[in-house]
Amino acid sequence: MESRFISEINGKKNYNNTMSAIMLKKPEDAKIEAPIDEKYKLQTKDVNVFYGDFQAIKDVSINIKPKSITAFIGPSGCGKSTFLRLFNRMNDYIEDFKMEGKIKIDDINIYKNKIQLEQLRKEVGMVFQKPNPFPKSIFENVAYGLKIQGISTKKLIADRVEKALIQADLWNEVKGNLNKSALSLSGGQQQRLCIARTLAVEPSVILMDEPTSALDPISTSKIEELIYQLKQDYTIIIVTHNMQQAARISDYTAFFYMGELIEFDKTKKIFTNPEKKRTENYITGRFG
Amino acid sequence: MINIDEQRVALNKNGEEMLNLAHKQVQLAYEAFTAFDTDLAEEVLLKENRINALDLRIEKDTDHFIALYSPVATDLRFALALLKINYNLERIGDQAFDIANHTIDLNQKLVPELVDRMQFKLMFETLESMFKDVENAFLNENLKVARKVFKKDKIINEINTKAFDIVAEDAVKSPELIRQYLMALVVMKKFEKIGDLLKNISESIIYFVDAEILKHKKKK
Repeated sequence: MESRFISEINGKKNYNNTMSAIMLKKPEDAKIEAPIDEKYKLQTKDVNVFYGDFQAIKDVSINIKPKSITAFIGPSGCGKSTFLRLFNRMNDYIEDFKMEGKIKIDDINIYKNKIQLEQLRKEVGMVFQKPNPFPKSIFENVAYGLKIQGISTKKLIADRVEKALIQADLWNEVKGNLNKSALSLSGGQQQRLCIARTLAVEPSVILMDEPTSALDPISTSKIEELIYQLKQDYTIIIVTHNMQQAARISDYTAFFYMGELIEFDKTKKIFTNPEKKRTENYITGRFG
Repeated sequence: MINIDEQRVALNKNGEEMLNLAHKQVQLAYEAFTAFDTDLAEEVLLKENRINALDLRIEKDTDHFIALYSPVATDLRFALALLKINYNLERIGDQAFDIANHTIDLNQKLVPELVDRMQFKLMFETLESMFKDVENAFLNENLKVARKVFKKDKIINEINTKAFDIVAEDAVKSPELIRQYLMALVVMKKFEKIGDLLKNISESIIYFVDAEILKHKKKK
């Protein structure tokens, strides 16, 4: 059977027969089905990205396994964030942005015209470098995405908020103060709140763009632990400048340099015996 | 913060010093034993302290290097290899120390024929050649030279195996020399151990340069 994601993201005409039937009846109960018999969750083939005349990504092909953590590393301006943002089409709004090649999630080309961007971004959540909670209560922050989706049952929203906060390892710290402003939380707590907000809408992929670069070591450690736990249920890609973080938490590491994917391999291999000299020079701090 | 390359150069220098010191100890111990020179034997005993002190310094500096520089890839392999090389060199120093002690305990010169028949000279020359290979491989990151050590260690093992038969045969003929025979066997075993330790060092050098793990592999 075609997964909910595949149906929704395609914006299929017959979308009503399975998905919308569920949506109309009881959208909150709709369960995303994991792709079956698919080796890779995310696939890119010969991807090139241009900002006007400038080529930011050059012929990048990469396959990412489901329920794995992949770290994108490379010096500033190497294209790793641009590449990350291709997976939820966040670059689409940038002037002069042009993309060539194929990017597939669950074997669906997400750059097809019929793709529903809202559904794609629900499926592919994103956590940014700086915690960016809304100036609302803790509860409202997490419930926001659910309400946008049209979920209105209070009990269900409350359950999902609690579940997301537990998953984000924040529940015990905020359960008595859910109506407190999210802005009153510490930086580390705010970032975990943003992760909870992402988790609440039940994505299957989470993109993280330097999620701990603005945090202290204790908060960083909590987020890293959380990312590691989330791997059980989600496919995660993290952009990081922290080599040790990439080494600690990721299963695979991709090294980018000047828009090219120089090396992509198991993290253990990259950090003990990389194939390419440029990778070695970068991770050992000899350039970049 | 000092550049990671400068740190590696400093660690490398310590490793080189340890290698030279351990090599010198083995040379002195051999000379002391075969020539029954107790002064030289005493010198070996005295210099053991320097080996121990340098061993501690290398361990401490490498610990700091790992803690402060979080090395990865070639830098990490270098640090891990250096710790192992240092450990093996310290144990080579221990073997030399034991040989010097046995020389003093024996309190007599070995019968020259016994020294010849047991091939102490060939064993020592082979060890000398292994030391040179290890020094060359360590300083120049030369894999080819590092691999030569494995073949040479087989020569050492053969000499050691033959020595047992020689002693078994000769001890029957000259039972009054039994103490010398036994001591010669014990010392032979110490030299054989030095060969094994040099082989371990070569494995560590190959791991550092090429990331290849040869430990417990029969074919090297």
